[in-house]
Amino acid sequence: MGLLSDPNRRKALTGLLTRLNTPICIVCYLAGIVWFMGLAFEPFTLRTYMSENAMGSTMVEERFSSGERALSLAKEFDAHKRKAGGMPVEWLVKAMQSRGLEVFTQSFSRKLPFPDENKERYMVRGTNVYGILRAPRAPRTEALVITAPCSPGNTNNQAVALLLALAQYFRNQIYWAKDIIFLVNEHDLIGTQAWLEGYHHTNITEYISGSLRGRAGSIQAALSLELSSDVITSLDLVLEGLNGQLPNLDLANLFYAFCQKLGVLCTIQGKLQRNDWDTAEGYTHAAQTMMLMVLKQACGRSWGDHGLFLRYHIEAASVRGINSFRHYKTDATTIGRLLEGMVRKLNNLLERLHQSYFFYLLPSLSRFVSIGYYMPAFGLLAVILLLRALDLWVHLGAPALAAVDGVTEAEQPSSPGVLTVLTPVVISHLTGVALYLLPVHLQEMAVEHFPVSETEAVVLTAIAIYTAGLALPHNTQRLLSGEGTEQGWKVLKLTALLYLAVLLGCTALINFSLGFILAVTLVPITASITPALYAVVMVLLSPAFTILYCVFIYQELIEAPVSVSEGWMLFLSVISQGILDHALYGSLVYPLLALFIYPCWLMFWNILFWN
Amino acid sequence: MAAHRCGLSLVCILIFSSLAHPSSCDTLEKANDNTAEKRSISEVNTDGSVAGEALNERQWQSTDAEVDRSDSTTHSEALTPAAARDEFQEELVIRPLHSGDIYASFQFRTLWDTDFLQEGQKVSHYRLFPKSLGQVLSKFSVRELHISFTQGFWRTMQWGQPFIPSPPGAELWVWFHDTVSDVDGNWKELTNVLSGIFCASLNFIDLTNTVQPSASFKPLGLGNATDHRFLRYATLPREIVCTENLTPWKKLLPCGSKAGLAVLMKSEKLFHSSFHSQAVHIRPICQDEQCSSKAWELRQTLNVVFDLHTSGQGKKEWSLFKMFSRTLTEACPLASSSKVYVDITDNPEGELFELSPATPLLGQAVVLGDRRTYSVYDLSRAETFGQLRSFNLLLRWKGDSGDMLRPLLHAERYVAGFGLQTGEIHTVIYNNHPYRAFPVLLMDSVPWYLQLYIHTLTVTSKSRDNKPSYIHYQPAKDRHRPHLLEMLIQLPPHSMTEVTVQFERALLKWTEYTPDPNHDLTSIVPVKEESSYFVRVYTEPLLVNLPTPDFSMPYNVICLTCTVVAVGYGSFYNLLTRTFQVDEPSPPLSKRLANLIRRMRGVPLLT
Repeated sequence: MGLLSDPNRRKALTGLLTRLNTPICIVCYLAGIVWFMGLAFEPFTLRTYMSENAMGSTMVEERFSSGERALSLAKEFDAHKRKAGGMPVEWLVKAMQSRGLEVFTQSFSRKLPFPDENKERYMVRGTNVYGILRAPRAPRTEALVITAPCSPGNTNNQAVALLLALAQYFRNQIYWAKDIIFLVNEHDLIGTQAWLEGYHHTNITEYISGSLRGRAGSIQAALSLELSSDVITSLDLVLEGLNGQLPNLDLANLFYAFCQKLGVLCTIQGKLQRNDWDTAEGYTHAAQTMMLMVLKQACGRSWGDHGLFLRYHIEAASVRGINSFRHYKTDATTIGRLLEGMVRKLNNLLERLHQSYFFYLLPSLSRFVSIGYYMPAFGLLAVILLLRALDLWVHLGAPALAAVDGVTEAEQPSSPGVLTVLTPVVISHLTGVALYLLPVHLQEMAVEHFPVSETEAVVLTAIAIYTAGLALPHNTQRLLSGEGTEQGWKVLKLTALLYLAVLLGCTALINFSLGFILAVTLVPITASITPALYAVVMVLLSPAFTILYCVFIYQELIEAPVSVSEGWMLFLSVISQGILDHALYGSLVYPLLALFIYPCWLMFWNILFWN
Repeated sequence: MAAHRCGLSLVCILIFSSLAHPSSCDTLEKANDNTAEKRSISEVNTDGSVAGEALNERQWQSTDAEVDRSDSTTHSEALTPAAARDEFQEELVIRPLHSGDIYASFQFRTLWDTDFLQEGQKVSHYRLFPKSLGQVLSKFSVRELHISFTQGFWRTMQWGQPFIPSPPGAELWVWFHDTVSDVDGNWKELTNVLSGIFCASLNFIDLTNTVQPSASFKPLGLGNATDHRFLRYATLPREIVCTENLTPWKKLLPCGSKAGLAVLMKSEKLFHSSFHSQAVHIRPICQDEQCSSKAWELRQTLNVVFDLHTSGQGKKEWSLFKMFSRTLTEACPLASSSKVYVDITDNPEGELFELSPATPLLGQAVVLGDRRTYSVYDLSRAETFGQLRSFNLLLRWKGDSGDMLRPLLHAERYVAGFGLQTGEIHTVIYNNHPYRAFPVLLMDSVPWYLQLYIHTLTVTSKSRDNKPSYIHYQPAKDRHRPHLLEMLIQLPPHSMTEVTVQFERALLKWTEYTPDPNHDLTSIVPVKEESSYFVRVYTEPLLVNLPTPDFSMPYNVICLTCTVVAVGYGSFYNLLTRTFQVDEPSPPLSKRLANLIRRMRGVPLLT
């Protein structure tokens, strides 16, 4: 502090910072990217370990043996599903009752804001069936949930059957200290959301759902099971949940520990672990795995049924069976044992899972990067914005020696009035509000006037408003003060830089991946913007194009590259999914982009047309 | 036939006593309480058939309660015709449940013919009554004491109503004698002493979880002192019940676990069950019909439900040996009566299950407004044990187990909402009776760290507001007293009544968290429901997650970081808001003097 309060040294320091501003910013940017990519390098990461004592030290012997029975049950379930043309509610209720569970059903319905073309649904009506195994040792205060979605077609029959087989086996055991809820939900995420809202008696997403009759106290953990074939080659663990929330790392550790114990191949992001970290391929593999996790987390949607549990402070993960025709096969009994082991360990919990990390990235299942390691990467990017802001401030303050702050600066007679800055800010945000509200509300009008479907109408309206936003605001200051001054855009840029820094900082705290991806694209352009910059560059680094790039990178990473036109179609569906996720499950990415990031970017866009 | 006759003769007593004591009606409410609590005393030996149906249910109740009292008197008169003496009875009631599970309920009843609450009476002679309890009663001037330890939760939907309901964990309620001046002091000491006697953590009962319900609890024994200043009620929902609680409980029995029904109590079997509850009830009762002398009644009950699925084998078959891994060989020699009852109400023709050995003895009783038929096995008779000298009751199911029951009254409770700031407690009470409304007294005790917003209290039945006719609410004091809410609600027939109240979670001091703070803290409600016959229904305890700091290394890191940031922020803010001016160093004194002189001379100053 002494350094800063001494005026001479302070002057020297600011002088240094302004003189070397551009090199420092470039170095910071590159360092941020390199740091981030270095996170996937194995020697820089930590090995995962079980933090929770209640799960770590206790031994569990798995005895589940009715895998074969589960498979025949799957056929039976399939037959009944075909007959019922959907969820065979009565059969499920009977099946659960005969296994000694308390069975309840919940019916729900939800009208989507516009038709979901990916899953072909609009008016959704369904029933959830769940059975509660009452723990002999506890008074209904805590529960675990095992859920399997009842999906259309041939998928997930084995998951439901295995669920029933596990229920039967669990029911015969005496050691349960937590009630176990076996949930079969219809319409995947919509069913889960309806059930969770019913269970917690909340209504945040306008579902019409029947109230639940049976409850079992506060849910401590949940596992979602997706299994579509009789034998599988590997199990994939899915962790990314709504708004980029992740379950406690101990849940992943638990899964990994049992995969190791039972000799099951396990993957994350569909990628097996490799041991050759010191080769280029090994590093690339880890980096790809981590990038996939970052992309999935950034998009803020729930990547499995588990994702919706996280909002209720329930640690949850999805276990997905994958049959990729490898040589190595795992049968249903082993998967049953794996789940048995996990549930029994969770049953041993004395407290909620809280010992391990909630913020992490996984370059592989056995390695993790904790928040303390990845945050500097973002910090290096974010500091660029602050450095540029400092630079601008010093420049703005240079003529008048007493630099107090930007606002008083703006009010000085030589500089533009506060209105010059305020008008673009307000206009940008109004455009953002329009982008948030209009697509869904105007769909009927759009469908009337244009030959498009509702979903297309929503997406195209969104893109139209987005594009219109580019044309709207950029000459207001001329109306106000005639010619745009250099002072004017600098003040606007200063404001916008600080605004963006705050926005990105807050986003990164909640959802690091989203914050980081936005920072990677937005920071260079916003830091270097002047009225002389080419508009094309600005557009190419806008939020919408960031999404487009992410789509392509994601497809590349999952080894399913797409052509430009396919990529464009995917981009359109990503937008519609984002809007749907917001309406159906309360995902916050769409409002964040529409109401804050896009207006903020528009403020920079405004500078381009200042003169 | 003998049992039938016996039953009929008791009916006579029943009717007679109700005629002889018409005044019993004015203590109707109390009588109601009696019936609820006691089970086998009134019912097992009584036959309420004809008389019961004719009378309306209220009278029913009172007559029933009357039987309770007259019953005990008859016993003492019949069996111990001389001066009243100590007496011990044991019984086991077995009820096969619809779900295929089996419910076994032991009751050991010890009568102690003394009245030490009278001034100046010292008691030093103990025969059947346990001395440890007797001394406690006299030292703390206890009028009534009820304590229960329960593991698991009674599943009303599957099992129907229990004989004696009890909440999960430990429950203790005590009426003190009205001569006690320092009730809180006595209560504190008593809980500590009981904690030692029963090897339980009753010493954790303190002012923060003790309440004084104004209406929910009435004395079950003699004396209609209903001044609730002398009543203390507390529950410990987190109490874990284990073998170490069972052993001292068994030691209170006159025969210990050496003989009689108590030999069946092997802890590894009793705790291999889906429900286990043991209780001790002490109350003063009349020694004879005129109530000229008092006696103390100690009832020790143990209820256990064995689960069909977890018992292995898979066959729907129960025997004493399978349940307890023991058979009976003799009655307790000290017992005046020792019987095993099997509830065969749903099985009059033996189509549901088959019982062996068969017994010719039948008994009928009214339990909770429901007439039940029992097969009776008298252990005091040698023929019960047969030639093998061992009695192993065998019950073999024939039919399929039924679906879930629709009990007349049941209740459930849950916390709505998510997040760590606010929430809402929902209590849902179902009345499944097709045409009768029931008045229900609901009692709710909520720990202080849940700050109830009592203005948000709503009671709705059939989506209409249901105004409680009586509300007693005592707000909590932080760290001193829990919330107490009692309400009298009328449940419309065939309805679901929902009581909701919102709350906010308090921030605890860091020393106030329990050793496992991320395990949520619990609050419990007993819901008590009253009607012509009296049922007490307990709901499940609630786990409420409180905002908990992370008591681990990262927490320290956060604390340190915050401190550093706070210090840094202060200096930085200081720096940003301060204006700096270059301060000219002041000229030395000689120069100033010189300048002064120059100014006077009008010559230009030195710089």
